[in-house]
Amino acid sequence: MKRIEVLKTYKIYAGGKFPRTESGRYYLALNINGEPIANMCRGSRKDIRNAVVFARRALGAWSGKTAFNRSQILYRIAEVLEGRKSQFIEELILQGMTKSSALKEVESSIDRIVYYAGWCDKYCQIGSSVNPVSSSHFNFSTYEPVGVVGMIAPQDTSLYGLISALMPIIAGGNSCVLLANEKMPLCAVTFAEVLHASDVPGGVVNIITGHISELIKPLATHMDVNAISISNLPELKREIDLYSVDNLKRVRSYDVNWNSKGNQALHYITDFQEIKTTWHPIENIGGATSTY
Amino acid sequence: MASKNKNWEYAPSLESTEHITLKKRYDLFINGKWVKSASNKYFKSINPNDEKVIAEISHANQRDVNRAIEAARNAYTKVWSKMPANERGKYIYRIARLMQERSRELAVIESLDAGKPIRESRDIDIPLACNHFFYYAGWADKLDYAFPNRQISPLGVAGQIIPWNFPILMAAWKIAPALATGNTVVLKPAETTSLSALKLAEIIQDSGLPEGVVNIITGYGDTGAAIVNHPDVNKIAFTGSTGVGKIIQKSIAGSEKKATLELGGKSANIIFDDAPLDQAVEGIVNGIFFNQGHVCCAGSRLFVQEGISEKVIRKLKHRMKSLVVGNPLDKNTDVGAINSKEQLDIINKYIKIGKKEGAEIHQSACSLPSKGYFCPPTIFTNVAQSSVIVQEEIFGPVLTIQTFRTVDEVIQKANNTPYGLAAGVWTDKGSRIFNLTTKLKAGVVWANTYNKFDPSSPFGGYKESGFGREGGLHGLSAYLKLT
Repeated sequence: MKRIEVLKTYKIYAGGKFPRTESGRYYLALNINGEPIANMCRGSRKDIRNAVVFARRALGAWSGKTAFNRSQILYRIAEVLEGRKSQFIEELILQGMTKSSALKEVESSIDRIVYYAGWCDKYCQIGSSVNPVSSSHFNFSTYEPVGVVGMIAPQDTSLYGLISALMPIIAGGNSCVLLANEKMPLCAVTFAEVLHASDVPGGVVNIITGHISELIKPLATHMDVNAISISNLPELKREIDLYSVDNLKRVRSYDVNWNSKGNQALHYITDFQEIKTTWHPIENIGGATSTY
Repeated sequence: MASKNKNWEYAPSLESTEHITLKKRYDLFINGKWVKSASNKYFKSINPNDEKVIAEISHANQRDVNRAIEAARNAYTKVWSKMPANERGKYIYRIARLMQERSRELAVIESLDAGKPIRESRDIDIPLACNHFFYYAGWADKLDYAFPNRQISPLGVAGQIIPWNFPILMAAWKIAPALATGNTVVLKPAETTSLSALKLAEIIQDSGLPEGVVNIITGYGDTGAAIVNHPDVNKIAFTGSTGVGKIIQKSIAGSEKKATLELGGKSANIIFDDAPLDQAVEGIVNGIFFNQGHVCCAGSRLFVQEGISEKVIRKLKHRMKSLVVGNPLDKNTDVGAINSKEQLDIINKYIKIGKKEGAEIHQSACSLPSKGYFCPPTIFTNVAQSSVIVQEEIFGPVLTIQTFRTVDEVIQKANNTPYGLAAGVWTDKGSRIFNLTTKLKAGVVWANTYNKFDPSSPFGGYKESGFGREGGLHGLSAYLKLT
């Protein structure tokens, strides 16, 4: 007799755990022929609010890690994803991709994670400065993460876009609440398992599946979310801009082809950084006769 | 520990050597393979703790150097320079990971061969070396960001000659940025400490790095000279003595070879009267006794503000009592073995000169092992700026102590040296720190700390301590042609 396959339950990822949506609702993820593939959690306002609490709680420890340590953890994500390539390829095929383009998407995603892993301990060196102020002060400016970032995953790709937009956010020490691709959500949930197995502390990335249209508002109006990342969703831009006003969220809206090899860059990290300037006095005695 | 407290002595805590693998005899690593030296000559690598032979090492001659450079040139033109930058980076990440996986073995071998305390090789040398590869791996595909508005290209074949005080760490400092920027490498470790570099060659082989991208050849000064003088080398990176540095600069004069030289030092460690004294004393100890004082940036000239000098010296002498000198593989050991008989002779020569000059000597009253090369922690007071032991680099656990009254005075005294590698400043006053960091002529200034290193932080000297920087973004330009 043929062995019966054990099917996977797709759940959300919040605070380092895999709960079902508190609402108990579901929606169907369909394949390219319109046939159902899986029941997905239809996340709710309450799920978003819980996730923001987790993200805020995780922020201190994540941003407080050494940049080098974050770099190692991001690299670990790439290592783990490399080992689970076939699972992602299967899911991408299930969602309508050819085998060769699915393979390419997963491999490019791994390389992109490695790219941002390398940035963790370097972006500060590029963007920081010692400022030659005209008084006797040592004055320098450097980056700090903006905080909790709400991210709406690109809806045109399932994995590559999500990774392209997410990695610069966490490379820079932010935590994130992420709304998955609504129509192609499988890879987002499976990627949560990769994060979970990669020493990324729980709560740094929280992934909610559901209807984008109903989840945007609780995310973008949340007073404890500091910035929003959206890409290739121009129709939502004005709505999100307006929701963001109350606590002056930084809205980064990208119109890019994440599938392009070149679409990885330093500024995707610094877009989610604040600049902090420190002044410190310099004593001004001695040395005038020293000419060595 | 003090001899009257016998009961308080630490029980030996020897690191095991059962997990390491060493060959009896090592060939040269050229073009991805182990090949016999054309010289057919071998020399012995000695364990400075017990004077026993650990392994035999090949003495590469001119023909070996030619072969290695040819392999590096081939790898450069055919493979490495054509490889996409991010793929190059992935190889370097692999090397970092493989080193991390084998870190304990590397630490034990380093301590066996170099005489370095196991706590230092385990907690400092090896992790820093791994991290250096990891850090530079990430730069491979980001070089455009480091040099905006410049055209960048690799130099070609880099000849790298490294010292015996931090063998694998120096190998990492040299190889990692060279590979990240797209160069190929011929590296020669110092003759007394070839083993960790040869283990690194094994790791590089395991990593699948294309053949010839890194070649590791062993030998003496003549081997190094053959690398420096070879016409097909585009870059010389050297860490070692100022004397040899000057020979290299002379050898390459008029050629297009780019050079970075990381040479000697006689760094000032300055303690102001408002400094946190217990921390400062730890800083003095770390500054001069770390790695038996075999540190180019060692804080070998101590300057203490007059009002606290007696107190600081008293505390320092007390602290020296509890330094454990002994077997490098013992986890209790603070000060290990002097790297070689030769170096021990040099140190003893300087100690004799110091006494002859009328300086007052104080040495830890510790018992030294009967075999091996050891030197007790040593301090000299009553010295002058003109004393030989104040002016010349000793490269051992020997500290000179001078006093000063004013900021101006100490700046002048500290800067009055042909060297300019590093300096330390101890004070609670932030504005004074930045005053001193501005005015001290040294490539690195540590404030309320000493001997700190990080892959992201550039290191290198002013004046006769050499030129060029290693580490950080600044370490990249040493391996790039910028137009």
